[in-house]
Amino acid sequence: MEKSTAKKHPWFWFWSSAVASIALRLVLIIYFPNTLNFSSRPEVSTPITSLRRLAEGYWLKRSSMSPYAGSMYHGSPLLLSILGPLTIDRSEGQSHLLCGLAFVIADFITAILIRAIGQRLQVANIQSLKSLGAGRLSKISENFPSGDIASLVYLWNPLTIITCLGYSTSPIENLMIVLSLYGACTRLVPLAAFGWVIASHLSLYPVILVIPLVLLIGSGLDTPPRKLFLQQTHGEDYKKTTNGSLHLINFSWRPVVLFFLWASAWAFYVLVLCAISLKEYSGLGEMFKRTYGFILSVEDLSPNIGVLWYFFAEVFDFFRDFFLIVFHINILFMVLPLAIRLHHRPCFLAFVYIAISSILKSYPSVGDSALYLGLLGLFVNALADMQFSFFLFSGYLGTLLLSPVMHNLWIWRGTGNANFYFATAMAYACFQIILVVESVSSMLNHDRALKQGATAVAKKEEHEKILKNLENPRSGVTWEEYKSMRFTFQVSQMPLLVLTMNDLM
Amino acid sequence: MARSLSFFVLLLFVLHVSSESTGEVAEQLEGEEFTEELLLRPLPDRKVLSHFHFESKVPPTNSYGHHHRIFPKAIYQLVHKYRIKEMELSFTQGRWNYDSWGGFDPIASSNAKPPGVELWAVFDVPPDQVDASWKNLTHTLSGLFCASINFLESSTAYCAPDWSFSSRSGNLRYGSLPREAVCTENLTPWLKLLPCRDKAGLSLLMDRPSIYNGFYHSQRLHLTSDEFDPVALHGIVLEQTLTIVLQPDALDTRASFSSSRKLQPSWSMSSLFGKMVDGKCALAKSSNVYVQIEGSLVHNMKDTWNNIEGYDGEIAQEVPYEGFGSNSNFKFSIAPDRVMKETNSFHKDGYSVLYGFAINHYHGSKPFDLGFWWNLPVTWSCVKAPLRVSRFLMGSGNEKGAIALSLQSTEWSQSILKAGKNEEKCNLRVDVFQVVPWYIKVYYHTTKIFVDGMPQALEDIIEKMSVSPSEDKVSPGVMELILRLPCDMKSASLTLEFDKGFLHIDEYPPDANQGFDIPSAIISYPDFQTRLQYKEDNASIQSPMVSKMQERRTVLSYTEVLLVPLTTPDFSMPYNVITITCTVFALYFGSLLNALRRRVNEEERLLKSKDKRTGKLQLLLSKFLSKVRGKPWEPPSSTPPSSSSKFISSKVILKILLVAAIAFGWRYYDG
Repeated sequence: MEKSTAKKHPWFWFWSSAVASIALRLVLIIYFPNTLNFSSRPEVSTPITSLRRLAEGYWLKRSSMSPYAGSMYHGSPLLLSILGPLTIDRSEGQSHLLCGLAFVIADFITAILIRAIGQRLQVANIQSLKSLGAGRLSKISENFPSGDIASLVYLWNPLTIITCLGYSTSPIENLMIVLSLYGACTRLVPLAAFGWVIASHLSLYPVILVIPLVLLIGSGLDTPPRKLFLQQTHGEDYKKTTNGSLHLINFSWRPVVLFFLWASAWAFYVLVLCAISLKEYSGLGEMFKRTYGFILSVEDLSPNIGVLWYFFAEVFDFFRDFFLIVFHINILFMVLPLAIRLHHRPCFLAFVYIAISSILKSYPSVGDSALYLGLLGLFVNALADMQFSFFLFSGYLGTLLLSPVMHNLWIWRGTGNANFYFATAMAYACFQIILVVESVSSMLNHDRALKQGATAVAKKEEHEKILKNLENPRSGVTWEEYKSMRFTFQVSQMPLLVLTMNDLM
Repeated sequence: MARSLSFFVLLLFVLHVSSESTGEVAEQLEGEEFTEELLLRPLPDRKVLSHFHFESKVPPTNSYGHHHRIFPKAIYQLVHKYRIKEMELSFTQGRWNYDSWGGFDPIASSNAKPPGVELWAVFDVPPDQVDASWKNLTHTLSGLFCASINFLESSTAYCAPDWSFSSRSGNLRYGSLPREAVCTENLTPWLKLLPCRDKAGLSLLMDRPSIYNGFYHSQRLHLTSDEFDPVALHGIVLEQTLTIVLQPDALDTRASFSSSRKLQPSWSMSSLFGKMVDGKCALAKSSNVYVQIEGSLVHNMKDTWNNIEGYDGEIAQEVPYEGFGSNSNFKFSIAPDRVMKETNSFHKDGYSVLYGFAINHYHGSKPFDLGFWWNLPVTWSCVKAPLRVSRFLMGSGNEKGAIALSLQSTEWSQSILKAGKNEEKCNLRVDVFQVVPWYIKVYYHTTKIFVDGMPQALEDIIEKMSVSPSEDKVSPGVMELILRLPCDMKSASLTLEFDKGFLHIDEYPPDANQGFDIPSAIISYPDFQTRLQYKEDNASIQSPMVSKMQERRTVLSYTEVLLVPLTTPDFSMPYNVITITCTVFALYFGSLLNALRRRVNEEERLLKSKDKRTGKLQLLLSKFLSKVRGKPWEPPSSTPPSSSSKFISSKVILKILLVAAIAFGWRYYDG
């Protein structure tokens, strides 16, 4: 019943909830500016994204000192000149109201872009499934507008709302990441390059997104594995129906080269702007040392929801460099295997990269989790048979509720100790890891199932052809009829059944 | 040129010959000098301030040579090695009570020091070598004074003030250790610098138990040199002072006043220190004891005199001068050799008086023991600093907080207000110099100023502000401010918010839960000069201490040391944390790689192989179970698994042997 009403007004349904989420943010920002003191939560604002530190950096810059003097500010000088003036009107009682508005807008744009990505993904998905001949499957996936779901998950996610209210700059980082993905999905090469350059400038980790971006630009949106298409070419009528989709498979180098040209142009432009804004104080070397150097050499040991702070507070100085290298390389190690296995699904690959870097980054915050949880919504159809989803949901909820409690016990009451808080951070990391591993394996399973389903469909079509020769041609074949038919390959029914059931669920 | 040079050489030669030829006494008189002085002052809260002042002088090296008779060699070498222009080192225990012991007189401004160790030095070296000189100096002083001054070596402990601390910026370095415990092992090397040590002269009074029983104890070493100036005039001047505030045990007074509880306690040198002076140090040029009576006390004594006896003001004014008779408020056991009266008093109603006692003609059989007896009760208050300053922490919890500096007006500043009412806008200039360690991460943009509880725009109050923010594990944060406060304000406060840092496990001191100290801030009032100008009745006697008092000095005061508790990690956990974190990382890496590695048909193959294996295992298990069931009275023999394990182990052993043989062969042929 609900589904039918949603189908009637999908447009209205989406926009009303999106506007409601924005209104909720605005109400919280305007009417409860100081009661919800999220900006001091270690889960929300890290040394890199904290707006308070940005205000300090801006103050230093205004009093003609380098914004990087002292170890307060570690963000980009461009962010300083954009957001800095907005932090000034604090003395008039409106605490960072303008900044809050900027973050709300950033959140909204991110959600819209995620929706657009989702719509494109869905269109591509249907197309590729059709080309595989599994029209039935594509019909089922139409029921879930994954773009709407993803963007609403992003907008209504409590983590996103907390991040937006907590005055941390991660909404802007998230916006840039999503912008680059959107640019790559729509093959707007300059936009993709811009998003990628700015995102990597703001926080180092989006650099690894270059692989999914190149794959997106080069070979298009997510498709089932290429092998399936190659298999399909054995079918005789394939060439007739899916001539066009053959082009999709080919990797086109020209936009990729363009992407790199644009990226270098943007990078040059950004560096020039940074150099201009830092001209009087210190050069770009100082900037790299204070931003990327600060990220890589985990200098700030204040607690956050990651695991590195306590590790480096406790580890012996002698081993510090070794473990720094090991932990950072852990991110890079996984880049290549993932790219090999998931190269046909660049958007999903981007999601996995974002999730991994938000687990293993030096100063993680819930803003990073908010982004990858939003992107997870894009693959709601493919990941329908993911295991442990309820367990993960309760795990996320539990750790996020326990974390402030433990922090309070340790820092404010002094009755707990650091291990309490570290344990929640550890549990959070474990849940994130399970989420990533499960989503990757269920995506691989989905591809496998598609393959088996596709082969079954191919067989079925063969049989249909035979049947057509015998009986009167029919427009469509219903499930009952399909079931009642006798095929030589009854084996292929099972995976298809499982798949369809799962998709229906 | 050559002529002038030859002339110079000749001059040097002549000087050298003359210094060789002249007698010992003459050399001592013309060249090195040592003076010892002691100032005693009754304090309003029934305590006594005693201030020892020793001064050694040596003429410049180029006119005097390298050999000294009196001047300590260690200091001379220190000055020459590190090219020190000026240096001050102080060891302090206790806190100077600015309200009741005075905040405006020269002793309070120059001898009231922050608790622990404070060191600052100006070097005559190029700016890039200053830090290296400072580091070496801290190590030398640490060895010289048996203190952990070497902790000031690390760049997180010292700073280079820009302008507020001293006018000679650039080559100045300042550092302090608030938690340094000061005790007799620091005093002994300090006494060793005196020519008579504590064997003769005034330093004989330094009985350790009575000194360290005091309420405040500050030993200071101040040295100035112009050795490296092109025209050296003064040479090196070493000034050693020891300031003690003692509570005298009430002497049996002969006062027949009814309410003897109101009477200030009388004291003598032997009751204060438990020792007497046998005579002067033979090497000292002059050796004097002074008793200072503050201006407000003189004023109040006049009042009491008037009240009780009903004397005329004019006669009463005479009283303190020769007040050793029975009529005075107090009396000395020994008649003073000279009396000096302050000439330019800030207080219109009173002027301080200094009584001098020379101890040249005392010796072992006739020791010098000055007694001070009160006859009549009198109350008075000291001249306070323009503002009463206190610093405190705000907030709770170990995450963040705020430093607040509160400035409250005293009677003194209100009297200024009355004086300056005719001007259009009266301002009180206050300089603030504050050093904050790096683990207190101050947000300077959160600076707020409240005057009489009302928030003020920073531009109205702060005339100049220079900040060098702290850098993690590199340098402390330094804040220098010039405030212009309106004279008619009652109170002003300045707040700064900060975040508490989290340190590495090795950076915590052994007693980490005690907290960390923020060194005292220095508040100075450049508009006010402390200066006590005495009109000496005998101009021929020059006293370095009195001339020091007559120098113009800025009034300054130190705030409290703040104790900030920081959160601690679990110190017993490093291994657990390392292993658990690495396990999580292994979980991530292993499971993700496993998920990626799996092939399409692998599960089926895996299942098949599992089936096979389980079949075998089940076979074994069922066999075993049937055996057990069949013969339940027998003890469950582990023959089948053991046989299988034997079988496996023999295989494994064979393999290991094979590998070992290959390895051996490899080694054999390779080596």
